Amino acid sequence: MAMDITGKKLFVKALSEEGVDTVFGYPGGMVTDILDELYKHEEIELVLPRHEQGLIHEAEGYARATGKVGVCLVTSGPGATNIMTGLADAHYDNIPLVCITGQVPLNLIGNDAFQEVDIVGMTRSITKYGVTVRDRKELGKILKMAFHIAQTGKPGPVLIDLPKDIQTAMGPGEYPESVSIRGYKPNASVHIGQLKKGYKLLKAAEKPLILAGGGINIAGANDKLLALVEKTKIPVVTTIMGKGAIPTDHPYYIGNSGMHGRYAANMAVGECDVLFSIGTRFNDRITGDLNEFAPHAQIVHVDIDTASISRNVVVDVPIVADANLALEKLLEWAAPQETESWREKIREWDKENPLEMRRDKGMTPQMIIEEINRQFAEGIFVTDVGQHQMWATQYMELNEKKQFITSGGLGTMGFGFPAAIGAKIGCPDKPVVCISGDGGMQMNIQELATAMAQEANVIVCIFNNYYLGMVRQMQQLFYGKRYEATCLRRRKGCPGDCKGPGEQCPPYEPDFVKLAESYGACGIRVTQESQIAPALEQAKQCNTPVLIEFMIATEDIVLPMVKGGNPMTEMILK
Amino acid sequence: MTKNRWIALYVENQVGVLAKVSGLFSGKSYNLQSLTVGTTEDETVSRMTICVTSDDITFEQIKKQLNRMVEVIKVMDFTDVPIHMKEILFAKVKECSVEDKAELFQIAQVFHVEVSDIGTDSILLECKATERRNNELIDLLKSKFKQIEIVRGGGVAIESISTSCAGRSEYFRKQN
Repeated sequence: MAMDITGKKLFVKALSEEGVDTVFGYPGGMVTDILDELYKHEEIELVLPRHEQGLIHEAEGYARATGKVGVCLVTSGPGATNIMTGLADAHYDNIPLVCITGQVPLNLIGNDAFQEVDIVGMTRSITKYGVTVRDRKELGKILKMAFHIAQTGKPGPVLIDLPKDIQTAMGPGEYPESVSIRGYKPNASVHIGQLKKGYKLLKAAEKPLILAGGGINIAGANDKLLALVEKTKIPVVTTIMGKGAIPTDHPYYIGNSGMHGRYAANMAVGECDVLFSIGTRFNDRITGDLNEFAPHAQIVHVDIDTASISRNVVVDVPIVADANLALEKLLEWAAPQETESWREKIREWDKENPLEMRRDKGMTPQMIIEEINRQFAEGIFVTDVGQHQMWATQYMELNEKKQFITSGGLGTMGFGFPAAIGAKIGCPDKPVVCISGDGGMQMNIQELATAMAQEANVIVCIFNNYYLGMVRQMQQLFYGKRYEATCLRRRKGCPGDCKGPGEQCPPYEPDFVKLAESYGACGIRVTQESQIAPALEQAKQCNTPVLIEFMIATEDIVLPMVKGGNPMTEMILK
Repeated sequence: MTKNRWIALYVENQVGVLAKVSGLFSGKSYNLQSLTVGTTEDETVSRMTICVTSDDITFEQIKKQLNRMVEVIKVMDFTDVPIHMKEILFAKVKECSVEDKAELFQIAQVFHVEVSDIGTDSILLECKATERRNNELIDLLKSKFKQIEIVRGGGVAIESISTSCAGRSEYFRKQN
């Protein structure tokens, strides 16, 4: 029988036993005891961000890049509410996090005490599991549950609300080795009968198509998917989260499907007779008008989450399974199929409308991304949210050495830069490139200080078009160029009916180069195509975080584009 | 088809579980008709009886969403299962005349409702019946009397044991 110890000691013990070497933490009154305990443990690195939202995105980037659980430690009240966006983001994109929020002492809960909020209540719908520890005796079990739930099944964020008095109370010193939860039994098998049925459909198909989602990347089933594709010769499209599921230069890979997907990919979904989808939840950005989604196809759907199946799209063969297990089985049966004429048709579509931006005048995002592709043989590529993100999903080349991290489900502006810092902290030996916009970058710009402090030398490529471009693009196409609230140069003196930029526009603020320099980071401005390659070369040589501001044309839009709610085959191409 | 459906739910008897379950219904716009909850023979476990109005696809989704909650131990679909279901209802009828009272006693007799309290000008009816039967009683009272006060407990349900139809459904389940 171990000696009784304090809650904070047990907490640190739990971190050690779970192999946690990095904690993303921000101090506050209700976590000072835990911080004091962490002070004594050098083997656990505490990363201090400059804002709790930056903190949780850093933990997300870390978890994505390493495959380990990201651990967050924040104080009660505003510390806790500041991580909510990140919790929702991690919940959508299935990122394993364990977040500990300090809480006021048990006897003050409910009294509207200083910095008290009901964070468990607030986050119920955006966490996989959340609980307030009310009994010191339960602490060990709850911590074990948190790590177990966060990383098994469909991964996700778990929140533990830890009152201050529990942190200092004496109690059992054991940290359980395993935990059994009667209401939580993640699926660990695959229904062979269903899978056979699904494969039979696929085998009989004349125009088969595989739709690979983020589940492939989460399960690490990339090799198996590649093997299946090569064996069966079936072409593949991906979702945004599934990008990189197979190497993007593979002859059977068509591209992303969806709202800003490749023309040929969306046409293939529209024409295929069997759609074999793995690890996607058929988000509206993938399906468009549900009645027109894959109208000629029988759909097989493999997903680890029963609730994802037949929710948005009613499927013909539902299969509840981990992508790895399902693909492993499929590989046993897989045999070559005659798909040459079908693939030829897809190639024709691609020739008809290739994915290509204008090359006539000046620098385009495509040129920048292509140069990134050329200069980095390996690395982690993180995006923020907006036009630059869509361009990145279109033009980034990925393979087993290149990982892509983006906020897909929640679409969180401000995600990219801190996530890149977290990825770099987790994988210090890999180059980490963040592609961001001038809008999203400013949502967590303060994390430049964190990057400096952590020596997280990420290369940030800001695509600056002076606009919140994704919405500006919609205003341009669907709202008569009424650019309300999307111009970042706009000042009080500007005319109310401004229809676009001109010589009269005020200067852009901030000056990103000076801003980077003020943090001690390196700032580079690129205004024309010929400067792209030297700027990236220079950035790779820097021993600090680097911020490259690419002054791109204001008017470029992301194409193809499908208007929300329209069929995916009705693409705006010009 | 949109209709009323019944679910019984075993959940952890813990703080916040009711909020989590009910929050699912509001958060995802499911149409909750009634929800009752109480502890079971095992004090660490509570059992809920939930009535929802939904179509087939939404109902499947509701069951799956409930199932994936860590605090939910078991979801039982009572839609096509023989069950015993009852709801407690109190109806207080106020400002009754003598004739009104006589009529209320008649209604009580026909509906097998107990008259559990009475005052100079009011009567309290206590009813233990199915929700549908209770709805009928309320409709009748509303049509006849102006001053009524209704409190309902929501249905509780349990699978039948010995009826022939319970046996049959067991048989059919095995066949399928």
